[in-house]
Amino acid sequence: MAVSDTQPNSTHPSLSDVVIRTEKVNIYYGAFHAVRDVYLDIPRNQVTAFIGPSGCGKSTLLRCYNRLNDLIPSARVEGRITFEGVDLYSKQTDPVEVRRRIGMVFQKPNPFPKSIYDNIAFGARINGYQGNMDELVERSLKSAALWEEVKDKLKQSGLSLSGGQQQRLCIARTIAIKPEVILMDEPCSALDPISTLRVEDLMHELKKEFTIIIVTHNMQQASRVADMTAFFNAEASESGGRFGYLVEHDRTQNIFNQPKEKSTQDYVSGRFG
Amino acid sequence: MSVSTANESFGTEKQSIAIARWIDRIFLGLTCAFACFIAVVLLWITASLFSIAYPAIAKYGLGFVTASRWSPVEDLYGALPQIYGTIMSSVIALLIAVPLGVGVAVFLSEDFLPAKVRTPVAFIIELLAAVPSVVYGLWGIFVLVPAIQPVLEGIHQAFGWIPLFSTAPDIRGLFQASLVLGIMISPIIIAISRDALISLPPQLRQGSLALGATRWETILKVLLPAALSGIIGAVMLALGRALGETMAAAMLIGNAPRISASVFDPASTIASLIANQFSEASGLQLSSLLYTGLILMLLTLAVNVLAEVVISRFQQIE
Amino acid sequence: MAPVSDQPHPGSSQEAMSYTVSPRRKWFGTFMTVLVTGCALLLALPLFSILWTVISRGAPSFSPDLFSQLPPPPLMKGGGFGNAIVGSLIVLAIAALISVPFGVMAAIFVSEFARGTKFANFVRFGINVLSGVPSIIMGLFAYGVVVLTTGSFSALAGGIALAILMVPIVERTAEEGLKSVPMETRQGAIGVGATNFQTISQIVLPAALPSIATGVTLSLARASGETAPLLITALFNQYYAKGVLEPIATLPVLIYNFAGAPYKNQQELAWAASLLLVMLILVVSIIARSLSRRQTFG
Repeated sequence: MAVSDTQPNSTHPSLSDVVIRTEKVNIYYGAFHAVRDVYLDIPRNQVTAFIGPSGCGKSTLLRCYNRLNDLIPSARVEGRITFEGVDLYSKQTDPVEVRRRIGMVFQKPNPFPKSIYDNIAFGARINGYQGNMDELVERSLKSAALWEEVKDKLKQSGLSLSGGQQQRLCIARTIAIKPEVILMDEPCSALDPISTLRVEDLMHELKKEFTIIIVTHNMQQASRVADMTAFFNAEASESGGRFGYLVEHDRTQNIFNQPKEKSTQDYVSGRFG
Repeated sequence: MSVSTANESFGTEKQSIAIARWIDRIFLGLTCAFACFIAVVLLWITASLFSIAYPAIAKYGLGFVTASRWSPVEDLYGALPQIYGTIMSSVIALLIAVPLGVGVAVFLSEDFLPAKVRTPVAFIIELLAAVPSVVYGLWGIFVLVPAIQPVLEGIHQAFGWIPLFSTAPDIRGLFQASLVLGIMISPIIIAISRDALISLPPQLRQGSLALGATRWETILKVLLPAALSGIIGAVMLALGRALGETMAAAMLIGNAPRISASVFDPASTIASLIANQFSEASGLQLSSLLYTGLILMLLTLAVNVLAEVVISRFQQIE
Repeated sequence: MAPVSDQPHPGSSQEAMSYTVSPRRKWFGTFMTVLVTGCALLLALPLFSILWTVISRGAPSFSPDLFSQLPPPPLMKGGGFGNAIVGSLIVLAIAALISVPFGVMAAIFVSEFARGTKFANFVRFGINVLSGVPSIIMGLFAYGVVVLTTGSFSALAGGIALAILMVPIVERTAEEGLKSVPMETRQGAIGVGATNFQTISQIVLPAALPSIATGVTLSLARASGETAPLLITALFNQYYAKGVLEPIATLPVLIYNFAGAPYKNQQELAWAASLLLVMLILVVSIIARSLSRRQTFG
C-alpha cells in the first residue's frame, strides 16, 4: 500500500523529549476513513506546525489530541496516542482531564458571552483554582500580551473586543488553566495581518512554557513560528473518497529548503492546490 | 418591426404606464392603511373597553383594585380576589413549569437521547403547545386532579397546620388549576428555551470543553447563561399566557370570589370571572367585568414590556 | 482538587498524573443528568397522558353521527355536534377572511415600502404588543364593537375576535417570507421596467407564498382551539345557525359546556370533540411544517 511507505519519514530521529506520541493512528467518520496511519512525535517546548491542503486531516488529527472529536458521535480513533506515556484513549482516561492539560485555541475566536475577567476565571474556577484570581487574570492577560489593552475594562464583555483581541483573550483563557500543550487550530485565519503578527510573536514567548501544535494554511506562518513542521497530504482512496496522511515530518528549515518528498516540495513551493 | 408600429406601441405603453403608476400609488396607500390599522388597533381595543367599563371606573375608581367583595346580588364589585387569584395561579404555574421546562429543554438539546428519538419528541412538544387549553381543562377535571387527589390529601394530612395547606382538597381549587396551567405552559418554555440552546454557536461548547470543563459545567456556566435572554423570553411569554389563560382556570379553579390562605381552596381569576359571568351580565356588572378586563390587559402588557426590557438588558451585556 | 498552580511539572513523574476528574465534579454531573432525566419523565407523563386520554376516551364515541346530528339532551343516547363543526368552520372562515388581507398587506408595507424605517419599527412594536394580549380581551373588544352594536351574540363577532388573534401570526410569518426573497429578485423585476405593484404581486408574493401559507395555517390551528373569546362573542347554539349575525355553536365552546355538564353522554361528546380538534390541529401543524420545509429547500 502506498501509504505505509511514508511511515519511515514520519518520526524524526533526533527527537529526545517527546510529549505526545502518535502511533499508527487512523480516524474514521462513520464509514469515511479520514486519516490513515499517522506516526508522529511532538517534542516538548517547541512549536510544531501541521501544514497541508484542505481535507488532509490536519485539523482532524489535532482534535484527537484533546479528544474534541468525542463530540462527533460517528468519529472513531484507532491506533495509539500517548501523552506523557499515558494512553489518551484508554478507558481509564477522562477526556475532561485530558482537555485541561491539553488546551486549545480555535480557528474563530470564541470568547464566552461573559466579562473579560470571567472569561479567564471560568476555566480556573471549574478546575478548582484557589489562589488569587485577580493575580491569575492579570498574569494570563500579560502572557497573552493583552493586559495593557484591557486592564481598564475587565468587566466589559469579551465580545466587545476586536477579533485579534478576542483571539488573544482565548489564548489567555487557555494559559490560565496552565495546560502542558496548547493546540491551535488555524488561530490567525480570521485575523488581520497586524493581529496575526502579534499572535505569532506571542507563540515565540509561549513555547518557553508550553508545547504548541499549530494547524495553519499559511506556509509563511509555519516557516516563521514553527520549529518542526509536519506536512500532510490528501489522496483519493480505493473507495472513491479522500483520506489524509502524513507525508513528511522534519525540522521546519528542512521541510522548506530540502524536503525529502516530491509532494512536499511541490506544496511548499506553491505548485499545489 | 417597423418604425411606425414601434411608435404606436410606445403610445399605448405611455398610457399603460400612467395606469400602472396609478395602481402603484393605490397599492402603496392601501398597504400603508392596513399597516397603520394593525399598529393602532390596540388603541381602539383599549378605548372600546374603556368606554364600556366607564360606569364602573367612574363609580369605584382605583378602589376597585383593593376592594375584595364581588357580589352581583348586592350589585357591589371589587376585583382584589380575582387579581390575587390571577397572579397567584400564574406564579404557582411558573414555579412548576420553569424548573421542569428548562430541565427538559436542556435534556432535549444535549445528546442524552439519540437524535432519531429527539426530533419526534421535539415535534410532539410543539404539538402539545398547540393543544387547546379547553382540552387541558377537560383532562385536568377528569384525569389529572382525580389521579393526584390522594397526594394532595396526603399533603393536607401531613402539613395541614401550615395555612397554605389547611383545607381538604377538592377537584376544584387554586392549586389544582395552577397545576394544569403549569403543565399547559411548559411546552412553550421547553420549545423556546430549546431553540435558544441549540442555536448557540457550537464554538462556545467546544471552547468550554477545551478548558477542561465537564459537560454539566459547560451547560450551567456557559450555555445556560449564553441562552439566558431566550430563556427569559420564553418564561415571560409563558407568564403572559398563564395570566390571560381563561379556560383551564375557569374549569378548575372553582370560581369563588374570595382570597383564602389555603391553595387547595377554590379561588377565581379575572379571565375565569369574565368567562363565567359575562353572558348574563348587564349594567354595572358588565362595566365592572370590562374594568377587570382592562386590568388584565394592563397586567399582561406590563409583563411583556418587562420582558422586552430584561431581554434587551441581557443582550447589552453580551 | 489541587490548585492549578500546584500541578506537577510535565514529565516530572508519571505516577503523579491522575487522569481523572475529582469525584465531586463527576458526581455532580451524574446527579444533574439524573435530575433532568427525572424532569423529562415527570413532564412526559402528563403530556402523554393528555394525548392518550383524548384518543382513548374520544375514539369510542367516534361515528358518522357526530358530524351530522345535533347535540343530544341529557341522558339521551347518540347525537353529535354537526352544528358545532359547521359553526367552527364558519367562524374560522370569517376570521381568515379578515386577518389574511390585513396581515399580508401590513407585511408588504413593512417589508417592501418601509423596511428599516421608524414606522416599520412602530408597526412591529404594535404587533408584538398585540400578540401578547390575552385572547379573552379580543372577545371583550368584539363584544363591544359587534355584539353591542347589532344587539346579538354572533358568528361575526366571534370571527372578528379570532381575526385579531390571528393577525400578528400572519403578519410575522408573511414578513419573514417576504424578507427572505433576495433583493436581486426585486431588482431584476424593476430592471425590466416593472412597477412596485407588478414586482410585488407577480414576483415577490409568489416567492413568499409558502411561508405566508405556513403562517395562515399556523394561525388557523391556534384560533381553532380558542374558547374564551368565542364564549363571550359567538356564545352557543343548540341548532344550526341561520346566519352570521346569530349565536353559533363552535367545537371549543361545546367542549367547555359539556365538560361542566353532569351527564355522561355529554361528557363523552366533549371527549369526541376534543379528539376531533386535536387531530385537526395535528394535521394542520404537519401541513404547515411540510409547507415551510418546501420553502427552505425550494
